[in-house]
Amino acid sequence: MYPAQFDYRRAGSVDEALGLLQEHEDAKLMAGGHSLIPMMKLRLAQPPVVIDIGRLDELKGIAEAGGSVRVGSLTTHADIAASDVLAAHCPVLAEAAGHIGDAQVRNRGTIGGNIAHADPGSDIPPVLVLLGASVHLQSPSGTRSVAAGDFFQDLLMTDVGEDEILTHVDVPALGAGTGSAYLKFEHPASGYAVVGAAASVTVQNGRCTAAGLVVGGVGAVPTAVDVSSLVGTDLSDDAIAAAASGLDAEDPIGDIFASGDYRVHVGKVYGKRALAAARDRA
Amino acid sequence: MARVLGTSIKRREDPALITGRGKYTDDLQAAGMAHAAIVRSPYAHARIRGIDTSAAEALPGVLAVLTARDVAAAGIPGVVPVGWLLPDLKTPAHPMIAADTVRHVGDAVAVVVAEDRYLARDAAERVAVDYEPLDAVADVVAALEDGAPAVHEEAPGNVAFDWEIGDSESVDAAFASAANTVELDLRNNRLIPHAIEPRAVLASFDSSTGEMTIHMTSQNPHVHRLLMTLASLGMPEHKVRIVAPEVGGGFGSKIHHYADEAIVGLCSMKLDRPVKWAATRTETNLTDAHGRDHSTHCALALDADGRITGLRVDTAAAMGAYLSTFAPAVPTYLYGTLMSGQYDIPAIHCHVTGVFTHTAPVDAYRGAGRPEATYVVERLMHLAGEATGLGPVEVRRRNFVPADAFPYQTQVALAYDSGNYGPAMDRALEMIGYDDLRTEQASRRGNGGGKLIGIGFSSYIEACGLAPSAVVGSLGAQAGQWESADVRVHPTASVTVYTGSSSHGQGHETTFSQIVADKLGIAPEAVEVIHGDTDLVQFGMGTYGSRSAAVGGSAIVKSVEKIIEKGKKIAAHLLEASAEDLEFEDGSFRVAGSPDRALALGDVALQAYLAHNYPDDLEPGLSATSFYDPANFTYPFGTHVCVVEVDTETGSIDLLRYAAVDDVGNVINPMIVDGQLHGGLAQGIGQALWENAVYDDSGQLVSGSLMDYAVPKIHNLIPFELDRTTTPCPHNPLGVKGVGEAGAIASPAAVVNAVVDALAPFGISHIDMPLTPEKVWRAVNG
Repeated sequence: MYPAQFDYRRAGSVDEALGLLQEHEDAKLMAGGHSLIPMMKLRLAQPPVVIDIGRLDELKGIAEAGGSVRVGSLTTHADIAASDVLAAHCPVLAEAAGHIGDAQVRNRGTIGGNIAHADPGSDIPPVLVLLGASVHLQSPSGTRSVAAGDFFQDLLMTDVGEDEILTHVDVPALGAGTGSAYLKFEHPASGYAVVGAAASVTVQNGRCTAAGLVVGGVGAVPTAVDVSSLVGTDLSDDAIAAAASGLDAEDPIGDIFASGDYRVHVGKVYGKRALAAARDRA
Repeated sequence: MARVLGTSIKRREDPALITGRGKYTDDLQAAGMAHAAIVRSPYAHARIRGIDTSAAEALPGVLAVLTARDVAAAGIPGVVPVGWLLPDLKTPAHPMIAADTVRHVGDAVAVVVAEDRYLARDAAERVAVDYEPLDAVADVVAALEDGAPAVHEEAPGNVAFDWEIGDSESVDAAFASAANTVELDLRNNRLIPHAIEPRAVLASFDSSTGEMTIHMTSQNPHVHRLLMTLASLGMPEHKVRIVAPEVGGGFGSKIHHYADEAIVGLCSMKLDRPVKWAATRTETNLTDAHGRDHSTHCALALDADGRITGLRVDTAAAMGAYLSTFAPAVPTYLYGTLMSGQYDIPAIHCHVTGVFTHTAPVDAYRGAGRPEATYVVERLMHLAGEATGLGPVEVRRRNFVPADAFPYQTQVALAYDSGNYGPAMDRALEMIGYDDLRTEQASRRGNGGGKLIGIGFSSYIEACGLAPSAVVGSLGAQAGQWESADVRVHPTASVTVYTGSSSHGQGHETTFSQIVADKLGIAPEAVEVIHGDTDLVQFGMGTYGSRSAAVGGSAIVKSVEKIIEKGKKIAAHLLEASAEDLEFEDGSFRVAGSPDRALALGDVALQAYLAHNYPDDLEPGLSATSFYDPANFTYPFGTHVCVVEVDTETGSIDLLRYAAVDDVGNVINPMIVDGQLHGGLAQGIGQALWENAVYDDSGQLVSGSLMDYAVPKIHNLIPFELDRTTTPCPHNPLGVKGVGEAGAIASPAAVVNAVVDALAPFGISHIDMPLTPEKVWRAVNG
């Protein structure tokens, strides 16, 4: 690749990275590089300084504690997809990570870089919103956490401040009797999700006690669907179809492959199928 | 010795390629090498008011910034020529660098040469071009409408040519008396070739000798030398050497002569230094000649028995902004002449309008005209099967040219030398389990589920190995269509072959060595194959149109035969026998009837070079050069069957099965033939389902990157079920026909026919390619 000129700095710690961010105006953080590098290659991004945080081990890893799973921001999609901890507590996150790109992309790309880039076709955001994950950010002035549902603000826009680094996400573990599923309608060129539907249902004594559905790819940010009508039902196909048909996007995104209207339609179909798959796994 | 012809020996090319040792153009380094970056128009159509190069020139390390003014000042021809002329063809000039007007996004307006590639790119961004944007037209139909923006003043109505073949009156008569007719409006979608290696060039001019060596991504180095020297750079042909190192695919896109390669040559001449340029993926997508892009109305007339009585085709074929090297031939002589397909059609008429558009040029791309023709014929045959009630199998079978009718003269110029179409169809039906599939299809339709299956056929004909030279010349070709081979037997009986048919991934080195080894009774390892270098190889027309085995291989056989004839004279002298009494078999010259009187090839070869005990009337040495001009095209054929599952709720299509029975004549290396079919099928299925070069109304290429343009990936495809019938070509010494394009020719129609078959309950008779889920869903939902 032949990007515009830039300086490269490798941070040895989160604190050093935060310092470098303060020091260099318009600097960009790079984790796995899978979002930033293509933009730089096309010269759509021309940051004067790239701060490489890819080797910060403190931001890597998956661990369960107190009913939720903490996933470091530099954890790769491959590690998430293969994680026994996630398979046990939040299998839908591992399932979605396994759908990202190809093996090379999953080996380099990280969850933090992925959600900080906030591509509407990314597989991870709808799952984090579904699970009620919290995103943790650190700046020189301290740390804070944001609910995933508030983190994604618009197309390629998040709540990460210019002086902040995304350190980890906390994902609540799914309770007993809960099934979950992520279904992806893949773009044949980019491999991104045209539509990605993340669903969970909890069943007790044959009755649904909780259900969730979040669809990616239709709107600029993950679209949560109100499927509360399922609570108390036996999750019949008809009930599921009716619930999923509640998907609504005011201004759906579209491209030469799939129009907005079509994405909404597929979102409903995939929402229905994801809910049914979640039911069958519950 | 065991036969090597017809065996799947491993490709000798692969160890270097798969261990990363292959040397492609962009891998090459030259002392003092500078780097070029080409400044390209962001507009599809604009007037150039002025170009300010000062900011670029001011960057330290920038060596030169050249524009059209510098091309003019160099006193060179400075154009990119068209190599195939049609009657009344409009041939507006294609300048190497646009002077006043740009005509497509990506048109070159300036070039920057700098000490490194980063700097060259940085400087290219500083070249300030003052454009006056003009209205543009990118769509082939819109370009023909009244008042459409003109691409060239010399071509009123944007018409580059108006061409027809066949007899329209007899076709009219056939339609007037037809028992059944079917008709169709279709688009054949524009494709971007996507060779895995983008185009690249390293030009090295040396003023002390006046010589230039150009390493470049070429499918035909001698043709490139001719066009580069004659039309672009104005250099003497003998002072230019063109080398094609490893070439990472082409699919036709590296046949053509482009402005960029000539621009880099000019840079090297101006600077007296080696200059390299390698296209980015985006650049190569904007500037490689694209494929297809037709809009067609077509109709078929049938009698009460379901026999075809007439075929009418009217096509608007996009040429793009300029006429690329062989562009006019593709939608005419490689398209209209194929309209008889596998069928005995008594009346055919095909009319084609070549249309300028503000887009990248369109030229030969894997199949070149023949996929478009097959798509027309085989889509119509599917509709004919429905309209007559005969179904897709019987309507085809009823109309096949009978096996005893060959040679068969079509109504569109071609004379098929051989063929036997029924057995290929029979075998395909057997492989796919046709009756069971129809039963499953009916049961799925009956139970009301959302997943329907469809079965699609494509019985294709191909014409490869464009020939003979005199005929193609009479049709407008500005080049011969023969091939050359120089076969040199060394004193130790190893062999070097110099072939004009250069490889860009096909495995020529393996297959050509098999031919020589088989004919001379030596090991393939004893044969070296040299290609792709105009200083080493006598001359050649290159590799395209599935010609290499049929034409290049035949030239090699011709040379080997000359060597054997000469060897017999030498052996006869040594054995004190008459040359007429000598036989050559399994690597030995033997006196007929006296098996103990024999000499091995090596004994004869050594004597040929020693010439100590040697016939008086014979020159020393054991080598032979041949120029083989084929008597006719070759005509591969076959039947492909595709089975799909369509999710009517989303419009998604899953490939379930793909069976292909191809008849490519005798096979030199079955593994390589299968590999060619796999690749061709991937591209043809890609065209049917995913690939689409889309320009918006302003002429911007909106599918210019691999994020938007869907090249098939391995997980999109399924294992292909392949088999063959063998009907040898009767007019070349190997009986081979060619296989490089067959998969891409047959498969689009098979896939679309399968999807349309699945959706028959919805009354759907056609969906244009690519069959994206949204298009299918919209068709299903009215």
